[in-house]
Amino acid sequence: MSVAGLIRMGDNTLVLGQRLSEWCGHAPALEEDIALANMALDLIGQTQLWLGLAAEREGAGRTADTLAYHRDAWDFRNLLLVEQPNRDFGVTMMRQFLFDTWHLDALTALTEHDDAEIAAIAQKSVKEATYHRERSSDTVIALGDGTEESHTRMQAALDRLWPYVGEMFSTDTDDLIDMSGLRPAFYAYTDTVFAEATLTRPNTDFAHLGGKTGARHTEHLGHMLATMQVLPRNYPDATW
Amino acid sequence: MYAQMIKSEATQDDPEKLAAFQARIDAGDKIEPKDWMPAGYRKTLIRQIGQHAHSEIVGQLPEGNWITRAPTLERKAILLAKVQDEAGHGLYLYCAAETLGVSRDELTEMLLDGRMKYSSIFAYPTLTWADMGAVGWLVDGAAIMNQVPLQRTSYGPYARSMVRICKEESFHQRQGFDIMMKMANGTEAQKRMAQDALNRFWYPSLMMFGPSDAESVHSEQSMRWKIKMNGNDELRQKFVDQTVPQAEYLGLTIPDETLVWNEEKGGYDFAQPDWSEFFDVLKGNGPCSVERIEARQKAWDDGAWVREARLAHAAKKQAAKVAAE
Repeated sequence: MSVAGLIRMGDNTLVLGQRLSEWCGHAPALEEDIALANMALDLIGQTQLWLGLAAEREGAGRTADTLAYHRDAWDFRNLLLVEQPNRDFGVTMMRQFLFDTWHLDALTALTEHDDAEIAAIAQKSVKEATYHRERSSDTVIALGDGTEESHTRMQAALDRLWPYVGEMFSTDTDDLIDMSGLRPAFYAYTDTVFAEATLTRPNTDFAHLGGKTGARHTEHLGHMLATMQVLPRNYPDATW
Repeated sequence: MYAQMIKSEATQDDPEKLAAFQARIDAGDKIEPKDWMPAGYRKTLIRQIGQHAHSEIVGQLPEGNWITRAPTLERKAILLAKVQDEAGHGLYLYCAAETLGVSRDELTEMLLDGRMKYSSIFAYPTLTWADMGAVGWLVDGAAIMNQVPLQRTSYGPYARSMVRICKEESFHQRQGFDIMMKMANGTEAQKRMAQDALNRFWYPSLMMFGPSDAESVHSEQSMRWKIKMNGNDELRQKFVDQTVPQAEYLGLTIPDETLVWNEEKGGYDFAQPDWSEFFDVLKGNGPCSVERIEARQKAWDDGAWVREARLAHAAKKQAAKVAAE
């Protein structure tokens, strides 16, 4: 059933877009502020497409907005990686780099999907994801290779987030494609970037799971949704 | 209007050069970065463009306050695009200021230590979703009123940045009015939010134009230099005349019992804002003044390692390139 797989794609972009938008006005430089808002905007746009198609296929009268604003945490199907808090700029950009690398490969594979509507959304998103990965790779390299402090922060960010990488390649029949097949390309690309960034990939494959199945999200998601959903929840009769 | 109370600098340059400079301005020439200009012209412009840039940057905060709570995906996307535009406006304006010989970092430090100001309007809080409508409708509306004529200002880089900014600002104002329409035609709670937003933003919006020209000792020189194109009272009147019918259309009440159409002058008579409140805000006693600068200071301090790392990496790359050649 493709609805669950579509929701996974849309929840990833929604949750990460929401996280990135928390930076607005607080980034280290004006250029970073603009870039973060731009990525958030792309991701929210992709969310409208994925969740819009999910709602349409489901045929239960829901819309992208009702899926975004009227589900509680246990019905969200995003990766645990994207619900991780922003912490410092290093963690934010490392999270972005890990996600972008997987996301671009997943979207590229999805452009070949038999379902034309899925392929069309992937086609549109691939352009944005290509730019996102380029920028997050450059940032990881610059900050990994920058100063002693920035190097320490980026290695700490990688160590902290690495246990959330494995979930991207765990897969089941709800996924739109077999995600496990994307692992080798992920390792190949990230290793090149880590080498240039003088960062060391953690020597463990331990993975926290439970986001994309909804079995066990982190404590962070509930707080994010409480903020994001406050208006539609408080004023259910209103249109905006 | 994002530049208020700009003190224009007296100038002690060679009278002949001054006269030639004034003649160029009077003839409608654009002054470009490498042209001779009076020291006072340069200083006044730095202050004005810098304050305008700071207003764009600080102005991200009251709107950023609602991005994470925007009530639909579309509203979230529109607000993100708008705040991104504002950061872009800040960037053009800092670049325009840099052509006058002051760096973005220097200007930022002057904002943070209080030597430079940002528009008083951004020292006010955004408390409900209707405030996103009111900011677009009233605040961007007032800004456009000032910025459209500034497209003809005498300093080339400033005039050109205004052309780009004005295009985007009119989209911002339309989206603000669209939010107000939804709210004003919505549920009782939404109507209440819309009226409350108008009540809170009306007088601070009127303050955006600055105190009466009669009290402004600096206007005259800036007008002669075509750095300031219109009087404060003239723009404020224009703003009121434009906004009152829009409020009526929305079914909202302007919080001014004295407001009345004056047939003779062809405009509304209206109450002045409380100017003592305005001067308090300028002194840093606005409802959010401390939070705004605190947020910018934190972004600056927390971001130092990122800026340093980018410079260090760029230097390493440059050194490697030189070594390879």
